[in-house]
Amino acid sequence: MAIIKSNERVGEGIFLLEIEGIFRGKPGQFYMLKVNDEYPLLSRPISIFEITEDTIKFLYQSSGEGTKILSRKSEGDAIYLRGPYGNGFPSVEGKIALVGGGMGAAPLYETGKQLLKKPAITTVDLFLGFSYELVLKDKWEKISSRFFYDIGGYVSNLVPVSNYDVIFSCGPDVMMKKMTEAGKANGVPVYVSIESRMACGIGACLTCTCHTKNGNRKVCKDGPVFLGEDIYEL
Amino acid sequence: MSCNLRVKFNHMEFKNPIVAASGTFGFGEEYNEVYEVETLGGICSKGLTLNAKEGNSGIRLWETPMGILNSIGMENPGVKEFVRKELPKMKKYNTRIIANVGGATEEEYLTIIEELNDTDLDMIELNISCPNVKEGCMAFGIHEKSAANIVKQVKRICRHPLVVKLTPNAENIVKVAASCEAAGADGISLINTFKAMAVDIEKRKAVFENVYAGLSGPAIKPIALQMVHEVSKAVSIPVIGMGGIMNWKDAVEFIMAGAHLVQIGTVNFVNPEAGKEIVLGLQNYMEKEGIKSIDEIRGIV
Ligand SMILES: Cc1cc2nc3c(=O)[nH]c(=O)nc-3n(C[C@H](O)[C@H](O)[C@H](O)COP(=O)(O)OP(=O)(O)OC[C@H]3O[C@@H](n4cnc5c(N)ncnc54)[C@H](O)[C@@H]3O)c2cc1C
Ligand SMILES: Cc1cc2nc3c(=O)[nH]c(=O)nc-3n(C[C@H](O)[C@H](O)[C@H](O)COP(=O)(O)O)c2cc1C
Ligand code: FES
Repeated sequence: MAIIKSNERVGEGIFLLEIEGIFRGKPGQFYMLKVNDEYPLLSRPISIFEITEDTIKFLYQSSGEGTKILSRKSEGDAIYLRGPYGNGFPSVEGKIALVGGGMGAAPLYETGKQLLKKPAITTVDLFLGFSYELVLKDKWEKISSRFFYDIGGYVSNLVPVSNYDVIFSCGPDVMMKKMTEAGKANGVPVYVSIESRMACGIGACLTCTCHTKNGNRKVCKDGPVFLGEDIYEL
Repeated sequence: MSCNLRVKFNHMEFKNPIVAASGTFGFGEEYNEVYEVETLGGICSKGLTLNAKEGNSGIRLWETPMGILNSIGMENPGVKEFVRKELPKMKKYNTRIIANVGGATEEEYLTIIEELNDTDLDMIELNISCPNVKEGCMAFGIHEKSAANIVKQVKRICRHPLVVKLTPNAENIVKVAASCEAAGADGISLINTFKAMAVDIEKRKAVFENVYAGLSGPAIKPIALQMVHEVSKAVSIPVIGMGGIMNWKDAVEFIMAGAHLVQIGTVNFVNPEAGKEIVLGLQNYMEKEGIKSIDEIRGIV
């Protein structure tokens, strides 16, 4: 059981959930959140947004039934939290671009925060695209060298791909595919964090299988981060 | 007072009646990181086919009120890889190991059984009940004649105890169970998932590429219980009951309805520690009620 510290609405249908406690996890990993004892039965995979000394935070969109129920919880309410799961983003060097679309922004916060601290990283540029509004306006600049955003267009068009050594991307498939194509054209590796429905979250049920160039992989365990080229047919 | 959770399944002893259900527990490895899986009475492997299978494409899971629909499509490494890589790891757990075997044709079933004959498995669960593959499997379990035939053929060559896993979609599950017993089955397990579906009204299409999927979880429990009750009254071989078990109380219900062993499936997703908790809950219940052996409560309803 985890006790909610705050569950604040930060945009249209978007919430920042904070839970007190000491939590582990690296950028790009996720937790499984179960919002009630009974209904719905399954937990929801949600990326780590931020880990501090005594809290963990998640940025999520209230879309279906489970996340709607979650959005109605408030301080003091309990949920179940399991994790961290998945591989997370690999360790890299040089100039990095982080490209997120919609809720794909969520895992990039802790990622930027950690990368900025590393001596082997010279630049962390953050590119975010949203459909309607920029959420958490004043937070993103703190975890990036430079911050660019786009509302209602294609954020991938903003990225000067050849300027970077590695690109991390999370968001809609079309966006991640575009980034992968652009990366390939410029010889820049692009890592993507993909979504899949999950039941167990730990690699046992094969609900989350995705097809890669190297055969079937489990998004919950082998992923959610893959080399874009292994996922998308280019 | 010391109670005894041990169960005799024909001549084979299980340390307790709680077994992980096929397809919901992988080969045990992942859950062994959550708790010691040898706490369980047994572990049933993912359904095995002759060759490695990629499984179904498209969405594989859909949540329903108190249930889940799955369309995994028997993704597995194939029987040879199972014997080479997974079985040796499973055998390290001090618990009963059951291999779940599925096939598209009679020939495929028989070849898989041959591949497993010389291994140190404890039991085979013949899956004639998976609704998620296009050919075979559940097709063998709908009618009593085809079920009896496949069981008879398998029994002829199978060196391990053979439990036959039935589908609730059978025309008459009691008759199918009786015909499997007559064909030589050593036990019956039931139920596999119900054939079911969901529609995406926005896309105006079936959710699953295969159109139909399998329903499991608490939503199916009352029907599963009734089927276990009827089947265990109709056959004299032992029965493994399952379908929607969420806690130790549900497990006791299945035992009182006549099951020797019970399997837990969907609940592993709801609470990965469920297996451990159910074994403990059952033990506490028996101690409190002064029940010395499961035999005292089996089939009393
Ligand atoms: C690794 C990973 C990280 C994620 N991180 C975030 C995040 O940080 N913030 C955020 O807002 N969302 C994130 N998502 C998406 C989030 O899991 C879904 O939005 C959520 O599961 C939807 O649940 P629901 O109850 O609202 O929807 P329902 O439609 O009621 O859900 C029904 C079932 O489908 C599953 N499902 C539905 N949509 C998705 C989806 N897009 N991805 C995976 N499963 C889905 C649900 O988990 C549930 O099992 C992530 C997904 C994955 C796989
Ligand atoms: C994701 C998933 C995969 C399954 N795979 C198999 C399988 O490979 N072979 C099999 O015999 N049954 C399979 N089943 C059925 C279960 O073993 C069990 O019979 C059924 O789910 C009912 O029990 P439950 O309600 O406790 O889950 C699967 C069920 C689920 C949910
Ligand atoms: S969610 Fe079960 S294997 Fe990935």
